[in-house]
Amino acid sequence: MRIRIRHETTYRYAEAPRMAVQHLRLTPRNHDGQHIVGWRIDVDRDCRLVQSEDAFGNTLHRFSVDGPIESISTVVEGEVTTFDMAGVVSGAVERFPPILYMRETSLTAPNAAISAFAREAASKESGTLARLHALLGALHESLIFDADATHATTTAAECFEHRQGVCQDFAHLFIACAREIGAPARYVSGYFLRSDAEDQVAGHAWAEAYVEDLGWVGFDPTHGVSPHENHVRVAVALDYLGAAPIRGAQSGGAGETMDVRISIAQAPAFSPSQSQSQ
Amino acid sequence: MDSLLTQFDELAGADGRTRAPYRKLSQWLAATPPELLASRREQAELLFRRIGITFAVYGAQEATERLIPFDILPRILSRGEWTTLEKGLIQRVAALNAFLADIYGGGEILRAGIVPADLVYRNPAYCPDMAGRRVPYDIFVHIAGVDIVRTDDQGFFVLEDNARTPSGVSYMLENREVMMRLFPELFAMHRVAPIENYPDELLATLRSVAPPRANGDPTIVLMTPGQYNSAFYEHSFLADKLGVELVEGRDLFVRDDIVYMRTTEGPRRVDVIYRRIDDDFLDPLCFRPDSALGVAGLMGAYQAGNVTLANAVGAGAADDKAMYTYMPEIIQFYLGEKPLLQNVPTFRCREAEALAYVLDRLDELVVKEVNGSGGYGMLVGPHATRAQIEEFRAKLTAHPQNFIAQPTLALSTCPIALASGVAPRHVDLRPFVLQGANGARVVPGGLTRVAMTEKSLVVNSSQGGGTKDTWVIDDAWVDEKAMGQA
Repeated sequence: MRIRIRHETTYRYAEAPRMAVQHLRLTPRNHDGQHIVGWRIDVDRDCRLVQSEDAFGNTLHRFSVDGPIESISTVVEGEVTTFDMAGVVSGAVERFPPILYMRETSLTAPNAAISAFAREAASKESGTLARLHALLGALHESLIFDADATHATTTAAECFEHRQGVCQDFAHLFIACAREIGAPARYVSGYFLRSDAEDQVAGHAWAEAYVEDLGWVGFDPTHGVSPHENHVRVAVALDYLGAAPIRGAQSGGAGETMDVRISIAQAPAFSPSQSQSQ
Repeated sequence: MDSLLTQFDELAGADGRTRAPYRKLSQWLAATPPELLASRREQAELLFRRIGITFAVYGAQEATERLIPFDILPRILSRGEWTTLEKGLIQRVAALNAFLADIYGGGEILRAGIVPADLVYRNPAYCPDMAGRRVPYDIFVHIAGVDIVRTDDQGFFVLEDNARTPSGVSYMLENREVMMRLFPELFAMHRVAPIENYPDELLATLRSVAPPRANGDPTIVLMTPGQYNSAFYEHSFLADKLGVELVEGRDLFVRDDIVYMRTTEGPRRVDVIYRRIDDDFLDPLCFRPDSALGVAGLMGAYQAGNVTLANAVGAGAADDKAMYTYMPEIIQFYLGEKPLLQNVPTFRCREAEALAYVLDRLDELVVKEVNGSGGYGMLVGPHATRAQIEEFRAKLTAHPQNFIAQPTLALSTCPIALASGVAPRHVDLRPFVLQGANGARVVPGGLTRVAMTEKSLVVNSSQGGGTKDTWVIDDAWVDEKAMGQA
């Protein structure tokens, strides 16, 4: 499937900062399940955008801008061709052995309730893959999507208490549970093509867990499925913090607000350019 | 408890005959009236109060600053003892650096199966952002504080490697200054190796690892988490001695991967940061986003090679208490040498057999949390209550991989001067090892920490331990002088 994505993030300040620095993880890379047809990144400020690869092999762009800064707007847009790989991620950049992804982080640390839930959910199955799918099903059934219940720094344990949250929280929970049953797991940030709406207010997030003999396999607890051709994978890390689309800091200034507009639509296949489809 | 009774006293020796390095001190003590010692103790207290050397204690109800107890009697090592120790320390730090360059580089020691990969990759101090990055001259640990103990006059044991931001060197320097004012007569009797050159050596070390563009004249700063940090006194003391700016995160900024310091004359480019702030707080864009202590973009500048951080980010992956147990193998692997300093025999509780042994003997052993420091999260079996032991049993059973255990060592004792007279107390020693592109050096001595409470084995200042001046004296000279007097 060919997917067209446009993602605009605008920060506005009531009181202009003297300076701002941002780290962007907004550029997807190729793997066997996706091919980047074209991608561009644009910041509406006079700055030098430095591209590098981060610890986990994600494409990272960094920039700093001098103030006074009333707003910063970053737009990424492009097209990606995706293939349904039944959730298996192969051909991706891997910079660490799977064991690294057993590390606990504060966002993904399990508590006693999560440990008990994970063991119980996985107990009926044998084999890592089946156990992970059992976890996926159990989490999907018991979690309720509620954008107002949590925030960017909500931990897996906090989310589990009320069983409410957003895709980020569910990914953290899945990671905590997977590591609890001995499977290395990591966070994925990306995009999801919905059939019901083109415009979205947030990106998507899911998890990947390592299965011996199969490699990394995706699990999307929000939808209760393994990622398929509607998923575009952008960045991976131990948790949200390492894969966050934008991390920024300012000196001075106050009253920051953020506005995100994302549009994800299916692009006609076999079309060499957008103009032909319009 | 028996082991504590057969302790080795560094003055009295095993047989009660005064050991050579202490001969003159012993004679002097015998000839000195108790009132004089008492008055010197008072003077010392006054001097330290005037200097204002304090230490904030975490976890104390009234989190106040307090004076670290100081003992006026020097701890003395012979030149011969020091030479052995110095060689061992330099060897140890060379191995720590080779290990860090390897685990962030090719990972040969992991492939060779000498250190288990999960111990490295799951170590919270292992920093993924450093993987595949070279640091200048492959030096990760520029300043190490290696904790040393002894149990007899034969050798020294390493208790702990501190490769992150070891503190205490200001006490080493202050103790010497105060001692020279209190006891000029004792210094006249001994040839004590000087340590006052430590700030110069540290500065030379930091200069040697500056990025090439600094052209031999780097701008160096000392970065502190601020005045509420327990070691803030030391940070300001050292910045002053080094003649460099003491900065907090808010005094620095990064533009286009270059670090600048705000000054009254405008931004000034910074080449080397001697940082006394933990990895987690260095850069809110890479590590803890809520850190207000760090500098946004610092890691980018660091990875671009535009600034050197001392110690390097991720150096803590080598000084973890679990990694400690592998140090003899690590030394052998990289240097092809036998370790000159011994490790204390250590049980890795992550291994089932060791765990069972430890759980059976909690009342005999010292149990330490792998990532704890400063004496927090530690059980000294022989001195623990039933409840403390049971608490640790539960912790150990739940997370055995987080703990190591060691036999309760009969730490050596040194005399200290108390109101009631001179009495032996347990000591350890933290020498400070410097490693730059200009070589490795250790100023002779270090910080002797002393458990002020009778029979206590915990010397950490956060747990009520005190300090002593540490002397390295020239044996040959002492013998000659002694003969001359005879």
